[in-house]
Amino acid sequence: MSADPQFPRRTKSTLAYDDHGGHHEPNTFITKYVWSQDHKVIAVQYACTAILVGLVGVVLSNLMRLQIGFPGQFEFINAERYYQFVTMHGMIMVIYLLTALFLGGFGNYLIPLMVGARDMVFPYMNMLSFWVYLLSVFVLMASFFVPGGPTGAGWTLYPPQAILPGTPGHDWGIILMLVSLVIFIVATTMGGLNYVTTVLQARCEGMTLLRMPLSVWGIFVATILALLAFPALFVSGVMMLLDKTLGTSFFMPALVSMGQISGYRGGSPLLFQHLFWFFGHPEVYIVALPAFGIVSDLISVHARKAISATAPWCGPSSSSVS
Amino acid sequence: MGMAIALLVIVAASVVFQFVSPWWTTPLASNWKQMDDTLTITLVITGIFFVGIVLFLAFTVFRYRHREGARAAYEPDNKKLEHWLIGVSTVGIVALLAPWLVVYADYVKPPRESMVLEVLGQQWQWRFRFPGVSGKMGASDPRFVTAANPYGLDPKDPASADNILVTGNEVHLPINKPVKVLLRSQDVLHDFYVPPFRARMNIVPGMVSSFWFTPTKAGRFESMCAQLCGMGHPNMRGYVVVEDEAAYLAWLKKQPTFAASFAAASAGPSDPAAAKGMALARSKGCVACHSIDGSLGAGPTWKGLYGKTETFADGSTAVVEDAYLKREIQEPKARIVKGFAPIMPTIEVNDDELAALTAYIKSAGETGQGAPVQTVQGSKR
Repeated sequence: MSADPQFPRRTKSTLAYDDHGGHHEPNTFITKYVWSQDHKVIAVQYACTAILVGLVGVVLSNLMRLQIGFPGQFEFINAERYYQFVTMHGMIMVIYLLTALFLGGFGNYLIPLMVGARDMVFPYMNMLSFWVYLLSVFVLMASFFVPGGPTGAGWTLYPPQAILPGTPGHDWGIILMLVSLVIFIVATTMGGLNYVTTVLQARCEGMTLLRMPLSVWGIFVATILALLAFPALFVSGVMMLLDKTLGTSFFMPALVSMGQISGYRGGSPLLFQHLFWFFGHPEVYIVALPAFGIVSDLISVHARKAISATAPWCGPSSSSVS
Repeated sequence: MGMAIALLVIVAASVVFQFVSPWWTTPLASNWKQMDDTLTITLVITGIFFVGIVLFLAFTVFRYRHREGARAAYEPDNKKLEHWLIGVSTVGIVALLAPWLVVYADYVKPPRESMVLEVLGQQWQWRFRFPGVSGKMGASDPRFVTAANPYGLDPKDPASADNILVTGNEVHLPINKPVKVLLRSQDVLHDFYVPPFRARMNIVPGMVSSFWFTPTKAGRFESMCAQLCGMGHPNMRGYVVVEDEAAYLAWLKKQPTFAASFAAASAGPSDPAAAKGMALARSKGCVACHSIDGSLGAGPTWKGLYGKTETFADGSTAVVEDAYLKREIQEPKARIVKGFAPIMPTIEVNDDELAALTAYIKSAGETGQGAPVQTVQGSKR
């Protein structure tokens, strides 16, 4: 263990122990299982919430299939509701289930165990990350109960239609969706900074980056991608909220809605598409890379065969492709 | 062993399915054979990789199956193998992407002699415009949009006057003549897609997008909106009729110019009640879905509506008169006219307003006022 004060970054394991000395053993039910700063408990909280909200997504997809299998048989699934189911299903599955499950669930559970850290480097922020995520889920679910229902603009939420009459949930639904996304991104950023810092700073002695298990590599690269990609969605969410509530025209050109000239002018719907896909494209890898990593590790273990040592570069290389 | 056989069966079944499958692209009706070719290239390349990888997997599962006493060799690194893998996948990916770039470059570069067709996407119908004899397209802007000027053309622009407007969701084109398509929207995103032409393009309000194609088969082809655009999206369909030059010119002659239809529509109804109804229909947004010129919208057109016998989704019928209109306006979701989606919102109207709207609808049907003089009824099946 290096004790050279000039190179504090070298003392990884020392750092991890010191950090642990900072907080006390949780000793009540509340601090142990509810307001917990333990990465495993937070991981389970994240995973359970993600799976629960995922069940809502499953119900929605079954409703969609009912309509496709028996067109018109179920009167409550009208065009309006169908679009709402499609939109909410897509958003729930991609963001609130997959992103949260892989990064918040697997990331939290596996990173400290696999790199040999005692916990995440910022346990308090880790706890906050989960509770902010839970808040975003509540806001999202609330949109099912507001007048007009949740947004039915498709998971890409393209303006102008997302905030204009003619689209289901163009009032409350879209506002709650955007607010929920913004809150979710705050949670992801808190979690993401934690994962990246833990991987870079809190590995145990001997755990070099290229010796890290591929699961951690997958989660690590996915988190970096998330930290780069989500801000684009964040700003587009805020800008569309302003377009909707204050009548700004970031994404809204001069247009006619329901036979009336709207007050918007000069905005660019294409700008939203660019911002959205700056997020949307990496998002594919954000949910795929952790899974690739986990599968690679599982195959490696069960085949009793080491994975080629330079394979971790698959992680960085796939991120550069995205 | 079982697993290896299962993998072999998957490969064999997939390859056989590819050749006996009844599902394939709808027959091509334009010059874009290149697009079908790129699709084939994609299928062949991904198919080769699929077959290769699964066969390799079957081989390893069988060759390196569990045997008593066998030990895996520790081989953490194989530079040569990696270089081969990286090389082959790079070539595969380049071969997948490159052809599309070439075709797309062609797709947005129309030949010099192309005729021009403007497609106007609107929630939830298609409108079309041709330049007139002058060959120029008049300027347009959403602020010019009124019920009399649904295309939003600048009435002061001399180039607009002779532009030919096609209402009614059906446009005709001459066969074997390249068409440059300009796409415009005044409300939300749309996407003009005619599958047999392989041609499609996003329509973004605030800008004009463009592509070209040459129809090579005579016939009537359905165009559909391929970008979710709100509740009436599935109803946003139209037709492109491809016919010989003479039939096309005869059809074109019957379409009104902008100057003619604008003058006729601006005159409006003479009856004061109907005039009030027209103002109401505009302010309440009725005109977004109900046209007065016979063109297809998200709701039934008002042209010739009064006195007509409507058929409902459940097969029952009713004659359109005052009580009918009152019921439909007050309880729009109670019964739905066949072929339309139950999307009409309930809009509060008092008896006075109801009378005015009824008078306006009557005027659109009975006297033909409020509608352009020369229009062609949408589609004849």
